[in-house]
Amino acid sequence: MPLLELRDLTLRFGGVTALAGLDMEVRRGELLALIGPNGAGKTSVLNCISGLCRPGSGTITLHGRDGERHALHRLPPHRIAALGVARTFQNIELFRHMTVLENLMLGRHLHMRGGVLAGGAYLGRQRRREIEQRRQVEEVIDFMNLEPLRNQVVGQLAYGAQRLVEMARALTLDPALLLLDEPTAGMNAEEKESMARFILDLHEERGIAVLVIDHDIDVIMDIADRVVVLDFGRRIGEGAPAEVRADRAVIDAYLGRAPNGAGD
Amino acid sequence: MNRMRYECGVFHTRYASEMGLRPRPLQRIRLVLIAAAIVVYPFVANGYWLDLANQVAIATVGAIGLNILVGYTGQISLGQGAFMAIGAYSAGLLTLQAGLPWAVGIPVACCITAAAGAFFGLPSLRLKGLYLAIATLAAQEIVEWLMTHWTWLTGGTEALVLAAPRLFGARMNSPFVFYWLGAALAAGTALFAANLFRSRMGRAFVAVRDQDIAASVIGVDVARTKLLAFATSSFLVGLAGAMIAFYRNIVSWERFTLETSVVYLAMIIVGGLGSVRGSFLGAALITLLPALINNVGRAVQETAPQAAGLLPHVQHAVFGLVIIVFLIFEPRGLSKLWGNVKDYFHVWPFAYRKG
Ligand SMILES: Nc1ncnc2c1ncn2[C@@H]1O[C@H](COP(=O)(O)OP(=O)(O)OP(=O)(O)O)[C@@H](O)[C@H]1O
Ligand SMILES: [Mg+2]
Repeated sequence: MPLLELRDLTLRFGGVTALAGLDMEVRRGELLALIGPNGAGKTSVLNCISGLCRPGSGTITLHGRDGERHALHRLPPHRIAALGVARTFQNIELFRHMTVLENLMLGRHLHMRGGVLAGGAYLGRQRRREIEQRRQVEEVIDFMNLEPLRNQVVGQLAYGAQRLVEMARALTLDPALLLLDEPTAGMNAEEKESMARFILDLHEERGIAVLVIDHDIDVIMDIADRVVVLDFGRRIGEGAPAEVRADRAVIDAYLGRAPNGAGD
Repeated sequence: MNRMRYECGVFHTRYASEMGLRPRPLQRIRLVLIAAAIVVYPFVANGYWLDLANQVAIATVGAIGLNILVGYTGQISLGQGAFMAIGAYSAGLLTLQAGLPWAVGIPVACCITAAAGAFFGLPSLRLKGLYLAIATLAAQEIVEWLMTHWTWLTGGTEALVLAAPRLFGARMNSPFVFYWLGAALAAGTALFAANLFRSRMGRAFVAVRDQDIAASVIGVDVARTKLLAFATSSFLVGLAGAMIAFYRNIVSWERFTLETSVVYLAMIIVGGLGSVRGSFLGAALITLLPALINNVGRAVQETAPQAAGLLPHVQHAVFGLVIIVFLIFEPRGLSKLWGNVKDYFHVWPFAYRKG
């Protein structure tokens, strides 16, 4: 049984159809890449899964660890996060005025307890909770090599570093499914390579299922187990990276006119 | 040992010590000095200066309350006057009509204000920024109307007169006695807010301000958090209102108008949005500035009586000017200014400046 099933998903913005009856699935523990030309509807898929957009019709079902089925298309974003779905954004959405540490502590929000009164008093119990969560956060900092940036304000970090922090924040949620929207956009070759490394590591070491969108075909072909190709809000291809690369329809729709000429 | 001292600074070796509120020994010393000054002050200050200190204490509680909502959570409110009124009238009526002791009346009044705050915060679930400000303006208008027209309850335009409550046998409305209560409540409020914003729920407030979409996908219930911020803020603002009621022994609608809301916004903007220290500095400046201008004015009047007619206008103009100068030269408020001074002395005598 797949981890996540999208069935006949439709999403419209006024006259624009972003998703037109999309069917796809994310399997348990796989690293799935979602590719397609600009405006194909890739980000819209992520927005529907994480609850930021309500699909006009269709269903999104998450099969939980306990065998329960969750209808994500009816849940608000914070409930979906609580089910173990974390994401990053195409245009980095961090808490810019906070430090890296505070951003990551926020990633632990769901795993923590403590309301206004406990926080305001900050007595023994809440203090212990904060320190306990801090340990979890330090583990992610260690994994992502963010030690030197720990106490820096996020808004002042370089672009590439911000992307890493955003991914680290998603990781502190301890997700079962991680959605990454163009994690290597705007990075140089070296940064791209280390980002690809991180994605592979977290996938393999932590067993997290990953759905990644990227325009860099070389990165995708390197790391993905499986690729889904989107055009005009529909699935036009699917398969192992090598198969997709050879597929006629995919080449016509996308690879042949890829923005960075990666189709040759 | 949690901390190591070197010539060049302090290194934390445990999270617990780094996450403390006052991690550095120097800061502890400063805290002790401030506490000593607070204790000594009422014995050296005369009635006039004691009264000013009490006003600052009340304004500090109100400003921290407003800052939690506006500065930390990013929800603009023009309803400060209304919430102070709800706190003041509730506290007054609960002791006067329901016969509760003041020590019970005050927390109950704060809870009533918190509930009213959450209710009037409902528009924040749909509206942002200036649109929300207009919605809270409606709260202000409704409460003002109720205060003046709901005569059987509030006494209407007649003020509500309370009996002076007693604190350890002494009348609480004497500046000297109220001083201790005021200082304790202001310090308690400051500590509460400082703690809140280094813990889970406080971080969620700030997350909603900075980036509500990101907050929702990491699991923060944005709607609930906004209402919680309204309630928390209003609780403290209601406390400030209740303090006024028992200090002045009089609750009158004129103290809680739209102008009150605007003055409190000025406090947190001049002091520093999203800063506990800034709330205090702003409250102190905005409370003391008119008094200062008055004193200068009186001195001028004695030397040049012919200028007397102009004075009230000049006083208003100077008040406005000081605020504008602040906004232009230090938009991040007194709190930032204080930080700069501290940084300077931190590395003194070497003229090296951080960032
Ligand atoms: N909030 C919105 N309002 C109106 N139209 C939108 C909105 N979001 C997306 N669209 C439209 O929906 C279509 C799909 O957009 P989407 O962002 O999902 O594409 P994408 O595949 O992520 O593209 P890109 O590679 O450029 O990121 C586009 O035509 C886009 O203009
Ligand atoms: Mg996109």
